[in-house]
Amino acid sequence: MMMGIIFDIKRFAIHDGPGIRTTLFLKGCPLRCRWCHNPESQGFGIESFSVNGDSMAVGREISVDDAVRLISRDMVFFDESGGGVTFSGGEPLSQPEFLMALLEACGALGLHRAVDTSGYAPTSILLDVAAQADLVLFDLKQADADAHLRQTGVEQALIHENLRALCGTGVPIELRLPVIPGVNDTGLAALCNFLASLPKRLPVRVLPYHRAAMGKYVRFGMPVPLPDTAEPTMAQMESYRAQLKAEGVDVL
Amino acid sequence: MNERVNRLRTLSFETPITISAERAALITDFYSANIGKYSVPMMRAKALEHLYANQTVYIGDDELIVGERGPAPRAVSTYPELTCHSEEDLRILNVRPMTRYGVNEAVIQTYREKVIPFWKGRTMRDFIFEGLSDAWQAAYSAGIFTEFMEQRAPGHTTFDGKFYTKGLLGFKQDIADALVALDFTTDMEAVAKREELKAMTVACDAVIGFAARHAAKAEALAAACTDAPRREELLTIARTCRHVPANPPRDFREALQMYWFMHLATITELNGWDAMNPGHLDRYFFPFYQKDCEAGTLDREKARELLECFWIKFNNQPAPPKVGVTAEESGTYNDFTNINLGGLLPDGRDGVNELSYMMLEVMDSIHLLQPQGNIQLSRKNPDRFLQSALKVIRNGYGYPSIFNADGVVEQMVRCGKRIEDAREGGTSGCVETGAFGKEAYILTGYLNLPKILEVALNNGVDPRTGRQIGVATGNVGAFSSFDEVFQAFDQQLRHFVEIKVQGNQFIEQLYASRMPAVFLSVLIDDCIKNGMDYNAGGARYNTTYIQCVGIGTITDSLSAIREHVFETGAVALPSLLAALAGNFKGAEALRTRLLEQTPRYGNDDERADGLMQRIFDRLLDAIDGRPNARGGEYHVDMLPTTCHIYFGSVLGASPDGRLAGTPVSEGISPVQGADRNGPTAVLKSAAKMDQLRTGGTLLNMKFLPSIFELGEGSQKLGALVRGYFRMDGHHVQFNVVDAAMLRDAQANPGQYRDLIVRVAGYSDYFCDLSRELQDEIIARTGHESA
Repeated sequence: MMMGIIFDIKRFAIHDGPGIRTTLFLKGCPLRCRWCHNPESQGFGIESFSVNGDSMAVGREISVDDAVRLISRDMVFFDESGGGVTFSGGEPLSQPEFLMALLEACGALGLHRAVDTSGYAPTSILLDVAAQADLVLFDLKQADADAHLRQTGVEQALIHENLRALCGTGVPIELRLPVIPGVNDTGLAALCNFLASLPKRLPVRVLPYHRAAMGKYVRFGMPVPLPDTAEPTMAQMESYRAQLKAEGVDVL
Repeated sequence: MNERVNRLRTLSFETPITISAERAALITDFYSANIGKYSVPMMRAKALEHLYANQTVYIGDDELIVGERGPAPRAVSTYPELTCHSEEDLRILNVRPMTRYGVNEAVIQTYREKVIPFWKGRTMRDFIFEGLSDAWQAAYSAGIFTEFMEQRAPGHTTFDGKFYTKGLLGFKQDIADALVALDFTTDMEAVAKREELKAMTVACDAVIGFAARHAAKAEALAAACTDAPRREELLTIARTCRHVPANPPRDFREALQMYWFMHLATITELNGWDAMNPGHLDRYFFPFYQKDCEAGTLDREKARELLECFWIKFNNQPAPPKVGVTAEESGTYNDFTNINLGGLLPDGRDGVNELSYMMLEVMDSIHLLQPQGNIQLSRKNPDRFLQSALKVIRNGYGYPSIFNADGVVEQMVRCGKRIEDAREGGTSGCVETGAFGKEAYILTGYLNLPKILEVALNNGVDPRTGRQIGVATGNVGAFSSFDEVFQAFDQQLRHFVEIKVQGNQFIEQLYASRMPAVFLSVLIDDCIKNGMDYNAGGARYNTTYIQCVGIGTITDSLSAIREHVFETGAVALPSLLAALAGNFKGAEALRTRLLEQTPRYGNDDERADGLMQRIFDRLLDAIDGRPNARGGEYHVDMLPTTCHIYFGSVLGASPDGRLAGTPVSEGISPVQGADRNGPTAVLKSAAKMDQLRTGGTLLNMKFLPSIFELGEGSQKLGALVRGYFRMDGHHVQFNVVDAAMLRDAQANPGQYRDLIVRVAGYSDYFCDLSRELQDEIIARTGHESA
């Protein structure tokens, strides 16, 4: 039986694609974004953290069948809302066999399937996944190549290449831009140039950085990476959206 | 809201609430002068006639719709024939910090000299308590159940649309026909029926006379009025009150005034529970609205103004206060009038019309405590209707609540009602299902499920008092399986339901014989045809409800026993009982285990939900379908109002880890904080209860306002509701406020005087709630968006 490792499952997920969704968070990520909201999800495999002196396990092994059973529990709400399942992470593409099996099983049930990815994976895997997905939520974290490497720990080039390849498939794509003041909210021109160079015009959703996740770093005994970064204000978000729109970007 | 409406609204909101002794004095005068002269129904009708011939007629500046229950807005009538306030009660009402009723010395003097001396020992409350068994009294005082009729008359009743096409003169003709049809040769009841029918005629004339007094007053005011437009308005009021309620209304304004006189008369005749419910007002008023707009005599703006004036009238009638008050105890000014919007037409088509939307707007703009409103949401209703309701909900008053119209119809059809009667029905009060205008559906009291389990675990003894109030079901030390525990609960349940039902039968018969609701009987089918009173089984359908409270707490408690005693063996039952007796003092680790490691209801977890189903099945088996004293049946309701607080206060620590004295779970919501898998899991768990076999369930959900900030948040919330209803859920209500704001309101009540929140089946002013209830509302799980 195909097994994988997840670190959370969230029902009534309403930010991860259309309708009411259940989001399955697969554990393990090749990126180390400094603003990561789920630092405990980065490592591969089940990990043990010391929280207030108690040992706490993060991650659990689950079979495809059990995962699909859990996901199907909210079928009635998926139906009513045009929702479905979203596979997020971590980086879901880092468990490719497990992810493919989940996508196929959910597809057999007629569920709408979204995959939320950093785009950092071998191109062939991404294309296989795309062929089994109804929507790809694709993160663009930093337009500047040097800053990208510095802030996420990986090269940007593969991600950009992958997005270009993805544009050649028929799968709907939604780009997601985290907005972290003073970290990645400059260099808009470079970003827009890249978007304009893509073979397809893609819709973009901007997501505000939340400081709340910083509490997790403390809880799990990790150094807080962005101790002084503030959340963007409503006005900042609005202005960021407006600038993108002014550049002809289709902002959701 | 225009300036007129704003002034009326301010008056309704700002006028201090007071007790008026006018009704009590008039009714006492009448009874003292006429005792023994008339049959019981005629006495009631003549008493109403006396009241309506003598009570103060109030027509306020600005008013377009007229009539008050008391002598002025917010001056509250009392009903000493049902339950008579003591001098001490009145003095406490005057000074208690919350839900205060101003009582002046003249009122106290009237009570001391006239009202109390006459009614002492003669009220319905006296007769009720005098006649109930010791076993009933023991269970009642232990907090196993409550009794509705010890304070107020049977009610929970709703009008249908028949009086919009038939005035009281038309009803009088029906009564005359029924009198002619009486069969004195073979029907032993014929004389009683004649008295009831003749009394109905007197009651109709009393109400017509009351309207005529308003007409006369309006004419007198008009004669003295120097402001020409207002003089014209007063003359219109006079014309309206000369026409309705004697005759069917001819236009929109007359339809509103018609309803209002019917409402006032039924809540003046008796103090029935839930005041009076108007039914599907959008539907009843629509033909008048449409006709007037087509004729060019009415437009949207004018219709809205009239509706707003009408709306405010409800808020002018706060609920009469209970007796036996204590300084700490608070009540509510809310009298539970609940307007139904949308739903289905009797022929099964979509019932939403333009007025449904307008009334939602009125609810939003007026946002007073009363009346409450709900939408009856059918799969046939458009999503725009649901979204318009959510827009009002978003503002956080807790209304409208949302009901599953298709499920409500199915509930009634299951009970043998005609499908067209079922579609004409809906919900009233909090969440109670009924066939409007055709059914007496009486709530009789709440049943404390966790307390019954407590008694079962203590071999029939109430551990709080040491009294044996239940049957001996065996010492728990001897139980070797979970099934034995469950059976002990089932046995105690049957025992207490039996006691409750016997008490109910007695009280129903008392009301049937001593306190008929004669005018109400005119308006509810088929009381005229049957020559029988509403309180005596004259209605087409006669239902008695028992409302079960604490399904979450008892499910989790039994689940904990099964898990930790019988499955893992972590604790022996006697040790668990000892920990409960000590309120977990020194057993904190056990309590943590119970709280954290028990499968709990509300998580879409079969282990707990299956147990909930098993308990629910036992409730149905004990209650559902039993005959009542009025030719109808008992059914189960799952609503708590605020009783879960009282029921928790008489309950020791429970096996789910709950501490002694704290509230039990409310409605069919999970135990506060027990649900960890989000709102869809709560709805899935709740829907595993076969709600079509109830007469209403109550589910409370709290969302933070931020869910609406999301572009499609409102659509997603709508889909959540539709999904729940597809699984036959009965009702859901949303509190859309954030905890920070509520805490601020606790600290600075002065700044939040008009903050209305959802309590349970109704909304109330947050600042009028007890601290415990406030805390609980804050604690209810907020289902935040991700």
